Amino acid sequence: MSRFDEIMARKGEIMVRALGMDYGEFERSPIAFDYEAMMAAHGYSLDDIVRIQRAGGVGDTPMLELKNLTDIVRSISEPGMGGRIFVKDEAANMAGSFKDRRASMSIHVAREKGYDGVIAATSGNYGAAVSSQAARASLKCIICQEAFDSRHVGQPEIVEKSRICEALGAEVVKMTVGPELFSHMLELLDETGYFAASLYSSFGISGIETLGLEIAEEMRARTGAPPDYCVITHAGGGNTTGTARGLKRAGATGTQIVSASVDLSGLHMASDSDFNRKSFTTGHTGFGVPFATWPDRADVPRNAARSLRYMDRYLTVTQGEVFYVTEAMAKLEGLERGPSGNTAMTAAISLAREVPRDATIVVQETEYTGAGKHHWAQLNFAREQGIEVRAGDPADNVPGKVIVIPETPEQIRAKDFDIAKMRRSYVRNALSHAPDGYVPTAEDVAFLAADTNTGAETVERMIAQLRES
Amino acid sequence: MTDPARCTNGEWVEVERVLLEPADRSAALPPETAEKPMLVWVNGFATGEAGLGEDMTVETMTGRLVTGRLSAINPGYFHTFGNPIPELIGVGRDLRARLAVYRASTDGGGEAR
Repeated sequence: MSRFDEIMARKGEIMVRALGMDYGEFERSPIAFDYEAMMAAHGYSLDDIVRIQRAGGVGDTPMLELKNLTDIVRSISEPGMGGRIFVKDEAANMAGSFKDRRASMSIHVAREKGYDGVIAATSGNYGAAVSSQAARASLKCIICQEAFDSRHVGQPEIVEKSRICEALGAEVVKMTVGPELFSHMLELLDETGYFAASLYSSFGISGIETLGLEIAEEMRARTGAPPDYCVITHAGGGNTTGTARGLKRAGATGTQIVSASVDLSGLHMASDSDFNRKSFTTGHTGFGVPFATWPDRADVPRNAARSLRYMDRYLTVTQGEVFYVTEAMAKLEGLERGPSGNTAMTAAISLAREVPRDATIVVQETEYTGAGKHHWAQLNFAREQGIEVRAGDPADNVPGKVIVIPETPEQIRAKDFDIAKMRRSYVRNALSHAPDGYVPTAEDVAFLAADTNTGAETVERMIAQLRES
Repeated sequence: MTDPARCTNGEWVEVERVLLEPADRSAALPPETAEKPMLVWVNGFATGEAGLGEDMTVETMTGRLVTGRLSAINPGYFHTFGNPIPELIGVGRDLRARLAVYRASTDGGGEAR
């Protein structure tokens, strides 16, 4: 047994202490668990969460209508088409992204339960959010980041994320590429006794529900109804899950949930040589697909981010398209924001062309930008890594090899990812994690139906097909 | 005069250490990752004097003691924006021009004339 395996074997025991919560009580069978009971177990109402976040300087961000961008879309749409595009400017949160919502609840719980500090494994905006909230709560903070390849080269966006965590008082543990990021996080949790501020706990996901709530309320005030579409940058699934749950809790049951990721197909997420050939560090299919099709790969026993429960549609866009839109947002709308957060914006531009002019589309986040965490920095770095960057048709994009920047807005075309295939893949993964020969019960089928946003019959059919193949 | 390649007690420094040798790593790695050790870098306050490349124990921001090879003294951040991207620099000009043309052709938000 390798050192890695030895540590991972202790995951359950370490996490029970580090989360102050025993997930065992929600398990119903080798397949099913009581998701809603797990989500409610912390005992905080949505009103409580809003109150906690306001005290932490989190939420209540501006909702902006992007009239210039909408008119650009209308100028390239069929007559009568071109929906209204709005954006929730989440960069206005204290640490610059919606991740503040996610961090605020974990840090609140850590303080209430008397932990001395918190630990999170993340190379994304979540690190800044946890560092910032921990500083306000006078808690110590360790952020584990996958930061460099084995040559000690890090892309500018991640270097900036290291810097901001350190600026906000965190100890930043910078590592080379690999899933051992999580085994080291477990070692540190064990060594320090700190709280696990996991991205995937019910605390974190509940914190995002306020974003859905604000969107529903602000759009009702603005247009008389919740949005027709909410477009969400999708990686690990928390953003989709939390926002969609919040919208539903606010009564916005008719809003279509559209997840969007940058297409990074073909690049291996644990590859030392592919690491710096990705020009997006999050919001991409490298997280989006595996986490949707097997959420329980996360660092908690049961992942609270279960995006297939909520996703109506999954769109992919290319790196070049998102960089183009990031530049366009700054020049057309005066919103200079980070590239990853504009993934959903890019998909929204494509979607807006397909829908009538009175349809409303909310892009539910932006993220901060600055040195390193900027589309120019990422593109200059890509060129230095030998990636071809050129203008042309983004359909010629090859992840890790060629970034094609559109020449005109007409060339922005999101692609539909096959959700039915992701659902089948999820069911296959769920069955494969049960013991050999285990026969799913009616309760399991009902759970899988809820977890895939389908019905019992569809799940029965998928199970039968999987048995045949 | 202070030696730029040596740190003094209490100075802010970076240490590098091997967290896992290849044999101790996860089995689920592509070969280009599996053949390399997992490295980790941590910043902290030096607990003594040492030269670059020598062993040093640091006290981190959370008070942990971490021992590794001294890899940087007063480590900074030098990331930037870089030069404008030629393929992007005209985007704003072109889109503003399109917007002006479109608006001139419509009746205040109505269909194009």
